[in-house]
This record gives sequence, C-alpha cells and structure tokens, in this order.
Amino acid sequence: MSPEELTQPPSAIERIFREEYGRVVASLVRRFGDIDVAEDAASEALLVAFEKWPVDGTPPNPGAWLTTTAGNKAIDRIRRERHREAKHEAAHMMHDDTPHEPTGIVEDDRLRLIFTCCHPALAPEARVALTLRLLGGLTVPEIAQAFLVPETTMAQRITRAKAKIKGANIPYRLPEQADLAERLATVLAVLYLVYNEGYLASSGQAAVREELTGEAIRLVRILRSLLPEVPEVAGLLALMLLTESRRETREAGGELVPLHEQDRGGWDRALIKEGHELVRECLRRAQSTGQRPGRYQILAAINAVHTDAPTAAATDWSQIATLYDQLYAVDPSPIVALNRAIAVAELDGPEVGLAVVDGLPLTTYHAWHATRADLLRRLGRSADAREAYDAAIAATDNEAERAYLSRRRGSLAGG
Amino acid sequence: MTQYLLSVHGSDEDFAGTPEDEMQKIFAAVEAFNEKVRTEGAWVFAGGLLPADQATTVDNTGDKPIVTDGPYAESKEYLGGFWVIEAADLDAALKWAEEGSKACAGKVEVRPFAAE
Repeated sequence: MSPEELTQPPSAIERIFREEYGRVVASLVRRFGDIDVAEDAASEALLVAFEKWPVDGTPPNPGAWLTTTAGNKAIDRIRRERHREAKHEAAHMMHDDTPHEPTGIVEDDRLRLIFTCCHPALAPEARVALTLRLLGGLTVPEIAQAFLVPETTMAQRITRAKAKIKGANIPYRLPEQADLAERLATVLAVLYLVYNEGYLASSGQAAVREELTGEAIRLVRILRSLLPEVPEVAGLLALMLLTESRRETREAGGELVPLHEQDRGGWDRALIKEGHELVRECLRRAQSTGQRPGRYQILAAINAVHTDAPTAAATDWSQIATLYDQLYAVDPSPIVALNRAIAVAELDGPEVGLAVVDGLPLTTYHAWHATRADLLRRLGRSADAREAYDAAIAATDNEAERAYLSRRRGSLAGG
Repeated sequence: MTQYLLSVHGSDEDFAGTPEDEMQKIFAAVEAFNEKVRTEGAWVFAGGLLPADQATTVDNTGDKPIVTDGPYAESKEYLGGFWVIEAADLDAALKWAEEGSKACAGKVEVRPFAAE
C-alpha cells in the first residue's frame, strides 16, 4: 500500500465513482431491469469503496470492482425483499449472466440506457436530467443548480420520468434498425442541449456550467466510441470541441468578446486539431458514401472554417456562406438564415446583409437585433443602430452580452 | 408483457363533414387493423363508443346514488373508442398506436395498465 493511497481524499474516490457511474448503473439496469435498484446498489457500493479503498488501495479496475460490489448489494436487497415470495424470479436474475440478444450494432449497456433516457415518450427536460443523472453520474442538486430550478422540482422531474419508464415499460434496448436514425437524433439533441446549457447559459454558477459542457463532451465521446461509423456523432463531437476551444477567449472583464475580436492565440490548439480531424473524417465519409452531411457535421465545418483562419480578416466567408446554404437545406429556420446573412454581409457588404436580416421573423430574438445594430452601425446609420442596440439589450438576460452591446452602443457617433 | 389502453379522443364534429364513402374506408381500415392485432396475439379487448350525449353519470359517493344525464367531464372532446392490447414494451405499444391512429384517423393516447 502506497502512502498516497492511504491519504487518498474522498474526492478522488468520488471522481472515479462519477467516471464509472454510467457504466455501473447501465450494467445493473440491464441485469436487474430496474433503475432504482441499480442506483441504490451503486450508492451502496460507493459507501463500501469509501470504507475499503483508503485501506486496501484503489482496485486496479475500479469500474469492475464497483459493478461487482453493487451487483452483490442488489442481490442482497432482492433476497431481503422477496424472501416471502416464490424465489423463482430472483433466482433467475441471480444466475442470468447469459449474453443478451444480439442487436446488430455494438453491445454496450450505456448505449442501451442512453436510448432509454432519451426516449421520445419522456418530456425533453426529463431526458436531459435523466441522462445527466444516470449516464453522467451528476447528483440531483448539481443538475438542479445547472438548470436553475429548485432541487425539489428537479428531483420530482427525475422521479416522475423513472416512474414512467417503469410503469409504461420503456425498454432498455437499442431501437430497431428502422427507428435508429430518428432515435439517435433525439439522443444527439439531448447532448447538444446539455452542452449549450453549459456554454450559452444566461446566468448561473460558472463552475457548474463548465461541468455541463465537460459532461456533454464526455458523453458524446462515449457515444462515438460505441458508434464510430455514424457521421453525425463525429460531427457533434467536432462541433463541441471547436466551440469549447474558444471558451477562454469569449469573455473578458465581464464582457462578451465576439468571434472577430477574440484573441486567437488563446484558443485551445489541441481541441482545434482534434475537431479539424473529425471534420475531415466526416468530409471523407460523405464523399465516399455520397450521403449528405447532417446539421451537426455542417455546424462543425462552419466552426472549422472559423478556427482555421489565423485572423478574423482572413476568414473564408464564401465557404461559410456555402455551408449555411447547406445547413438551410437541412434546417430551413430563420436563425440559420440570420447566420447566413451575416456571412453575406461580409461578402457583399452590410446593405445586402441588412436587406436579408430585415425580412426575417425574429423580432423577439436578441441576436437579430444585435446583428441589425452592427450592420446599421457599419452603414453609418447611427440613430437606427442605437435603437437596434437598445432592443438587443432589452432582449437578452446575459450580463456579459449586455455589457458588450452597451459598449458598442456607446461608441456610436453622436452618442 | 404489459397491457396498454390505446384510447381515441375526439369531438362529434371531427367527422361531421366526412362523406359516407370516406367513413366506410375508415371503418374498413379499423377492421383490418383489429384483425392484425388479433392475428399477432396483441388483442385483449376493443370497442367503439356511441356519442358522449348518450352517457349517464352515477355518483354514489354520498348518502344515496345520484344519476345525471351526460358525461362526467365537461369537455369538447370525449373518449370515442379504445383498444386494450398486450405488448412487450412501450416501443411495441407505440407501433400499434401509430397503426391504429392511421386506421381510425384520430389521435391515440397510450397508457399502461397498473401491474397486478
């Protein structure tokens, strides 16, 4: 036993526990068919780890240790609870280590469980919460804090979703091949929502927010290791990595720093490299299969163009406009049109961009007002620009963004 | 296996302007769907209901039973018909609901029965 193992702080055990939580719980859910049984057993295993690991040292494979210990705890519990009943079912579970039925894709308990957590029969906010709880190992108070809802609300949301999974018999298995693409889209949407909640949050504690983006990336990495051939999974991972690479530079002194003003030397090169490699992989696959890239791949490609430019002025706007055209074909929303108009303004001038922006039905969206304000400013229409900045400031709750918009507004001529 | 109630809710006006031959097509589609539910072993029970204005509500929670004309809930939409099916899990039940909804040209609510 080494000295550092003797003094291993509980936080290290907790960190391992969180890392392994999804694997442990998913395995127990598959074996016992019950989320509550799985979660309780996992918590009991953590208590045993607290007792034993500081004394005996951390086991070489902590995940396997936790799974085995939790499995024994679950069996103990089932024995206790069913001692009066016919032992048939419990006995069956205790010996049921037969391989589960082949599914055609990769076998992984976490993959099955993530499809359960993101089932379309559950409310979208419940999907997010359950995924973070069961796969990410976040505690209910942490999830509540991250989504700025009271802890009791979050606890109820999760309890209700688990009750529906049990009562309505939502299965723990991969969707059928015919439904896979659609169901996978739901899973990716949940993970993207988790990421954005962490990244774009209008308020809340920074540490918890970072935890969310980190967790989303970790879960997409797991998904990618399980489904390496699915291009949208690679696309979503690339999109998150390339967005994450700019995190440190997007705020300074409590003020939002827009992309073209960011210190590119502060961008995380390792994340950019990994993201670019994934985007290239997606491109190669799209070329060889002839399959049109989905929205995450296109968004990742747009981010790759931005992160590829050594300076803001060197940005390849025509490529960005083309990519937004592609995105609009898959997702014809006014927000995509707005982003495309920003690229058009760079290519053909602010007047052309403004004409497009003015035609979009986005009058309640702060970014629409902020874009108009910037284009009007560039056209020298200070009075109109000031009005647009006011509207943008009124439409956002994000303090850093308000600070930035206020400064821009203050710099207008005649202000 | 879990039993599910697939219920169809709607108002009297839903099919008010539907021509007779269209209605016959819907009836035929529902009958074909029922037959499929039976042959695949998912059938427990099913039925269509007469309009809600033919309902009678009985309340015997007080001193003596009170009988009133009309449905229990004041609503524009009422239960029009239902299936009770048995399915391996919710995914299987949702598949049946998709087909049932198409056949009867109405929205279908899927609700599990409490385990015994």
